[in-house]
Amino acid sequence: MSIAGRDFRELRLEDLNRSFGMLNALKGVSLSVKRGEFIALLGPSGCGKSTALNCLAGLLTLSGGSIWLDQTRIDRLKPEERGFGMVFQNYALFPHMTVRRNIGFGLTMQRRPKEEIARKVEEALAIVRLGQQGDKLPGQLSGGQQQRVAIARAIVIEPPLVLMDEPLSNLDAKLRLEMRSEIRRIHDLIGSATIYVTHDQEEALSLADRIVVMRDGTVRQVGTPAELYGRPAHADVAEFMGYRNVLPARVLDGGGSGCIQVSVGGAALKGMAIEQRPADQAIVAVRPDDLRPASDGPVAAIVESAQYHGREFYCSGRASDGTELYFCSPQPVRKGERVLLAADPTRVLIYAGTS
Amino acid sequence: MTHTSDRLARATQESTHERTPWRVRLALHDIDGITLLVVPAVLFVLGLFVYPFLYGLVLSFKPRAGDFLANYRKFFSDPFLYDTIYATLRLALPATIINVLVSIPVALRVRKLHRRRLLTTILVIPITLGTVLIAEGLLNYLGPQGWLNRTLMLLGVISAPLRLVHNYTGVMISLILSGFPFTFLLTLSYITGIDASLEQAAATLGATARARFRHIVLPLLVQGLAVNFCLSFVQTFSVFPSAVLLGAPAGDTRVISIAAYQAAYEQYDASMAATIAMIMGFVQLTVVVLALAGRNLFYRGAAGGGKG
Ligand SMILES: Nc1ncnc2c1ncn2[C@@H]1O[C@H](COP(=O)(O)OP(=O)(O)OP(=O)(O)O)[C@@H](O)[C@H]1O
Ligand SMILES: [Mg+2]
Repeated sequence: MSIAGRDFRELRLEDLNRSFGMLNALKGVSLSVKRGEFIALLGPSGCGKSTALNCLAGLLTLSGGSIWLDQTRIDRLKPEERGFGMVFQNYALFPHMTVRRNIGFGLTMQRRPKEEIARKVEEALAIVRLGQQGDKLPGQLSGGQQQRVAIARAIVIEPPLVLMDEPLSNLDAKLRLEMRSEIRRIHDLIGSATIYVTHDQEEALSLADRIVVMRDGTVRQVGTPAELYGRPAHADVAEFMGYRNVLPARVLDGGGSGCIQVSVGGAALKGMAIEQRPADQAIVAVRPDDLRPASDGPVAAIVESAQYHGREFYCSGRASDGTELYFCSPQPVRKGERVLLAADPTRVLIYAGTS
Repeated sequence: MTHTSDRLARATQESTHERTPWRVRLALHDIDGITLLVVPAVLFVLGLFVYPFLYGLVLSFKPRAGDFLANYRKFFSDPFLYDTIYATLRLALPATIINVLVSIPVALRVRKLHRRRLLTTILVIPITLGTVLIAEGLLNYLGPQGWLNRTLMLLGVISAPLRLVHNYTGVMISLILSGFPFTFLLTLSYITGIDASLEQAAATLGATARARFRHIVLPLLVQGLAVNFCLSFVQTFSVFPSAVLLGAPAGDTRVISIAAYQAAYEQYDASMAATIAMIMGFVQLTVVVLALAGRNLFYRGAAGGGKG
């Protein structure tokens, strides 16, 4: 049915552009996806994740750029000719069909034999833990159940590329973890490539082979979870990856790369230079869990609040020059208490910029 | 339905523990303060519809001569009268069906246009013009000396003028033209009510445009089309001016409303006119009930696929 064959080696997005009137939702997005890869598309709300996914599925036409499946250009193909599976952000279940018929719809369109359809639908129902709900209509299911039907409906046709738009956003914490590993297992099983939209960085880190961070319609960084966690390429990516302390700083010494010293919050701190900086102005990014009380810590702060997070306390404080800092403490700290904070220089990242 | 019974079951269980307040019990039936707002509408319907209907019904059983069923017996034994039912249905049913069927592809296309507002405005105009003005226009355009016949003769397509008015064809054309905007606007609103992402989802699952129409759009549209059919049919059924002006009111297009008119204003037999009106209502009701019963064979419910 689909011209886009099952076996491809590489999916290439070249300079994708899409505008809605005056607004450019995608500005020159390029990406290459290998067969079998699990890609997470991460970014703040409104950055163009769904737009990118819709362009890939063929539901939106491109304003510019091209999409290639190996040597075949596919951006002019209709969605039904591409044959990519898609889980919609709003589920888009067929309200007049039972759960079973919803899931079997793709197979029916492929004119598969009845027994095969029935068997595969049962398998898919079991995978998404909806064995009992097969004969209900979508309107009789909870939000999370509907979401799982949408997942089952997309994967049951074993498409060469699966596109998922925040497929787990409506599930409770336990089910979310379960479905997360199910999605990864299904991905490994059918050997297809998956592009998975989320704004939950933890989900992206745990699921993906590579993470694509988007912002304002552009790709900011592509990398493995470890790269993005440990070495975000830009300050805004760092902020999105959980570096809660993103602070203006002044470079004290070492204008080049490697380990340099900066002044932040009225104290001197050693860190790693990530970006070339034109002037002595810089931005420092540190995760709260890398900033900890230490008897000889260089940064002095007054504790403003402390939240208990199970093993540790998640605290906020104010440095001597009024800069707000977030840090973690294994011991309880009290509001108003003065603490000295230290960070491993390899975990202090220094970027270009002035704010 | 199931929801209400579920809630009732729960409510009765609860009431064994303690008495549920009447307010809560009413709320379980979806009755609350706001429900009172329908009271004026109900009074309006009672005054303007139910009372005249009952008055007419009673009147129809009081013939000028004979027992109380005399009028009905007369109607069904005189072919000149009972044939009007057939004449009316022969016009109203095809006209309605054609309009409903044609409105579907047009609405599917128009839904994707940017200038939908403009188009719908243009289409509303014929509705406001009314049947008489349309009939006037058609008489001029389609008559033996109208521009259509003159053009066709000039081009040598035909040698003698086509008879397009003062017969069945004329009334049919007028019914389709005057009924279409209404039918179309109704279909359009039903079609735009179907969530576009449903068709997109079907497309990603490999459904062609045709399959999407058959499996997604049509099943979700059937409810609306049935209602649309009923409303359009009732309008067409009672149309009197076009049958008189554009048809052959003494022959082919002697519709039931003409018979009622003649009874009332030519024979001054109000009772007979009421009888014909009752029969007219009954025929309409039968068609509407059949259409709505057919609809129940299909899915009924919201046409959205989204959350909630
Ligand atoms: N049909 C449309 N018409 C006009 N603007 C649109 C349309 N669809 C999306 N946009 C705009 O394009 C931008 C990107 O939208 P998109 O839906 O891709 O965001 P997203 O990254 O998926 O966000 P979220 O995480 O909230 O789903 C937004 O600014 C949005 O307002
Ligand atoms: Mg989105």
